[in-house]
Amino acid sequence: MAAIYSLYIINKSGGLIFYKDYGLAGRMDTNDSLRLASLWHSMHAISQQLSPISGCSGIELLEADTFDLHCFQSLTGTKFFVVSEPGTQHMENLLKHIYELYTDYVLKNPFYEMEMPIRCELFDINLSQAIQKDRVAYLGR
Amino acid sequence: MIGVGKIKQYTNVLDKPLSKGRQEVSLSGFAYLFSELVQYNQTQVDNIGELEKRLEDAGYAVGVRVLELLCHREKGNRRETRLLGILSFVHSTVWKVLFGKVADSLEKGTEHEDEYMISEKELLVNRFISVPKDMGSFNCGAFVAGVVRGVLDNAGFPAVVTAHFVPVDGQQRPRTTILIKFAEEVLRREARLG
Repeated sequence: MAAIYSLYIINKSGGLIFYKDYGLAGRMDTNDSLRLASLWHSMHAISQQLSPISGCSGIELLEADTFDLHCFQSLTGTKFFVVSEPGTQHMENLLKHIYELYTDYVLKNPFYEMEMPIRCELFDINLSQAIQKDRVAYLGR
Repeated sequence: MIGVGKIKQYTNVLDKPLSKGRQEVSLSGFAYLFSELVQYNQTQVDNIGELEKRLEDAGYAVGVRVLELLCHREKGNRRETRLLGILSFVHSTVWKVLFGKVADSLEKGTEHEDEYMISEKELLVNRFISVPKDMGSFNCGAFVAGVVRGVLDNAGFPAVVTAHFVPVDGQQRPRTTILIKFAEEVLRREARLG
């Protein structure tokens, strides 16, 4: 069984700019993925306001019975989150690595328009390599 | 001012010694600058052919300067006068200074006598660039083709230089080939020199 179900990237205004699912569980159609992305964006913002701790950066992990949701927000407000099998470890590192790939292969690409859906071949290639590596490491653990 | 007193100040820029070279710049810094160059030129053109031309012209200006600098720095104010000499100068010396490595290969075209190819598995300028499908065979390597044309032209070897993607068996990404087609006069001169 795959450790990661799906990956989402949302821009600073809550629009889904990248979605990819891995494996059968938790697969969603386009409308549902867009809905989840904007819902998560709002929930994240609300959690920042409601937190008893000042300077809270929002939800980082949501644990449910059937999945875990790990979220990473960059300084510019772009959010990366993965939906994974419950109890999957080391997701923060994977998210940071995906952020790195995003800054390299998306932001340095002259044909990418900011805040728009990501369609970059090199990003796709390097992302699937990263996920594959993570999966191998997961099976080895 | 930071560093005043530590570094010798030159009032005239011509008094400054030429730097030794082999100094590297940040790859990210370069990638953003190059990306910006492509984006700016994209706003100035109507079609892809024109964009390619503009990138090539930008590279040409680099090539002119690189030739001048390297002839002075590496060659003791001499420059290559023979075809193979100048080609290997581009393939090794120029490439090493610009990209930190020798180009992957230098070949002679099989079909035409006047064609030579420099191939790179992954051209530095293309490291982070994915060309969208609707732009067809456009290659940002046009900039590097311009650099090569600038060097060759000013060394007395006028040529037409173009950059192409060439698919490689068993590889996801195509490699980039810089195709050099020399002018007739160059080949005639070579034949005369024997």
